Amino acid sequence: MSLYTLLGALEIGLIFSLVALGVYISFRLLRFPDLTVDGSFPLGGAVAATLISNGTDPFVSTIVATIAGAVAGVITGWLNIRLKIMDLLASILMMIALYSINLRIMGKPNVPLINEPTVFTALQPEAMSDYVLRPLLLIVVVLAAKLVLDWFFSTQTGLAMRATGSNARMARAQGVHTGLMVLGGMALSNALVGLAGALFAQTQGGADISMGVGTIVIGLAAVIVGESLLPSRRLYLATIAVIVGAIVYRFFIALALNSDFIGLQAQDLNLVTALLVTIALVVPKLRQHWSGKKLN
Amino acid sequence: MLRAQDLHITFNPGTPIETRALRGMSLDIPSGQFVTVIGSNGAGKSTFLNAVSGEMKVDSGRIEIDGIDMTRQPVWERARHVARVFQDPMAGTCEDLTIEENMALATLRGQRRGLGWAVKPALREEFRAQLSTLGLGLENRLSDRIGLLSGGQRQAVSLLMAALRPSRLLLLDEHTAALDPRTADFVLQLTVRIVAEHKLTTMMVTHSMRQALDVGERTVMLHQGKVVLDVSGDERKGMTVKDLLTMFERVRGEQIDDDALLLG
Ligand SMILES: Nc1ncnc2c1ncn2[C@@H]1O[C@H](COP(=O)(O)OP(=O)(O)OP(=O)(O)O)[C@@H](O)[C@H]1O
Ligand SMILES: [Mg+2]
Repeated sequence: MSLYTLLGALEIGLIFSLVALGVYISFRLLRFPDLTVDGSFPLGGAVAATLISNGTDPFVSTIVATIAGAVAGVITGWLNIRLKIMDLLASILMMIALYSINLRIMGKPNVPLINEPTVFTALQPEAMSDYVLRPLLLIVVVLAAKLVLDWFFSTQTGLAMRATGSNARMARAQGVHTGLMVLGGMALSNALVGLAGALFAQTQGGADISMGVGTIVIGLAAVIVGESLLPSRRLYLATIAVIVGAIVYRFFIALALNSDFIGLQAQDLNLVTALLVTIALVVPKLRQHWSGKKLN
Repeated sequence: MLRAQDLHITFNPGTPIETRALRGMSLDIPSGQFVTVIGSNGAGKSTFLNAVSGEMKVDSGRIEIDGIDMTRQPVWERARHVARVFQDPMAGTCEDLTIEENMALATLRGQRRGLGWAVKPALREEFRAQLSTLGLGLENRLSDRIGLLSGGQRQAVSLLMAALRPSRLLLLDEHTAALDPRTADFVLQLTVRIVAEHKLTTMMVTHSMRQALDVGERTVMLHQGKVVLDVSGDERKGMTVKDLLTMFERVRGEQIDDDALLLG
């Protein structure tokens, strides 16, 4: 693998670590199996690409895309909390709805960003290649997101949010407005995913209606890979693990795609991911079975 | 004080499995009183406590605490005034959170939660001091996940948590039932101590007639969704478990007679 491919994998890995952090919040902290992600990722991309190609400042566009993701998350939460639709189903409904909404936003199946400014080109110094700058900038963004999450989840409100996911009945008995916590958590989760989508569109030369397919599985894969590499219940370690998981996962994919002897092609990616997640889900159970006692 | 007036709750109304869990349940508890609640399985004890805490909506009736109408308030709003310990030790704590995080959650029961640190050093010291009164060595395990503790230990911590913040009413639903006899006794003694220390208005459900008479200052018996027996003061002082059982049987007998009359 060349340095170029390596940095490319790192770049995408970093973007998907934002998705993975979002998935960690919904699946692990809130225990809300949220598939909205498959819609909010392209939503972020669609909003950012459309705004930028209409001449909006790329930073403003990225922020608007992030907010759009948050709104999508809130609607999924609302379908579940207020309309009492089962969590998984609520998120599938939202995902489906977003497909149409994304097409509406873009007005066509894809919006290219070729010569338009992006947050990356705006910060590009003369002396540095773009494929070096992008991962560097993304490292800063991802670390900032991680630190903000670590901080938030140790505050009074953040703790109440974690309690809601862990034991909602107890949380309510402690005076926590659990419905509001779910909405807030879903907003946070999908805001990260929307941001990831916006950044993805700006690094990959545009937004595409199908860019979201399999996002949730990639996010979950990252969470699971991270958790098996670095098992910990401490939040600041768990967020590190999730980020590392996303990057490691991406390197594996790059390796698989770049090794001629394996013969994998880009379209096999989702299959590989699905297999990987299946293995990661089954292995701990098998290990449990072999060792004959319950783990953790 | 708690004032529950003519509460009715019917589960699955209009179906073959209709259950009238509360049928005109009324009870007043003056501030500072410790009431024990007994009654056979299905009498409606848990349903009553759930109605008071807000976990179950009443079909009709009124619930007031210190003159504030709570009947329509959701659980999380009532939590400002009502503290509770559940029967299941797993239910009252968050197993994924640490001991100190669980306690931090309870220090803000019913309060506004902001963006300040949940666990601060001063708070941690307070928790340590509180935990050391239990004599279980938990003061050295503040950052352990609470899921690692035994049921009895979790129940003891739940009790401490219930008292971390002042409340107008403490609800205990068979909170020692899942524990072995020695631990159950320990938790009961702890309950008596904490209730006395904080002068808490308390309602404790128990299946042990002995316990019901030994602790607290008033005992009420529920049967078919309402109070059928209410003893306190001198009458209660002289009472033995046997007396209570006799009264219990008599009440049930009468009830059966009533039903027989109605059906006949
Ligand atoms: N969620 C529910 N749905 C349907 N029926 C219920 C529900 N909760 C309680 N009941 C019924 O209401 C009646 C009263 O139940 P409750 O749990 O209040 O009794 P209890 O006095 O606490 O009994 P125990 O001593 O066994 O705990 C019972 O007949 C029970 O089957
Ligand atoms: Mg009960």
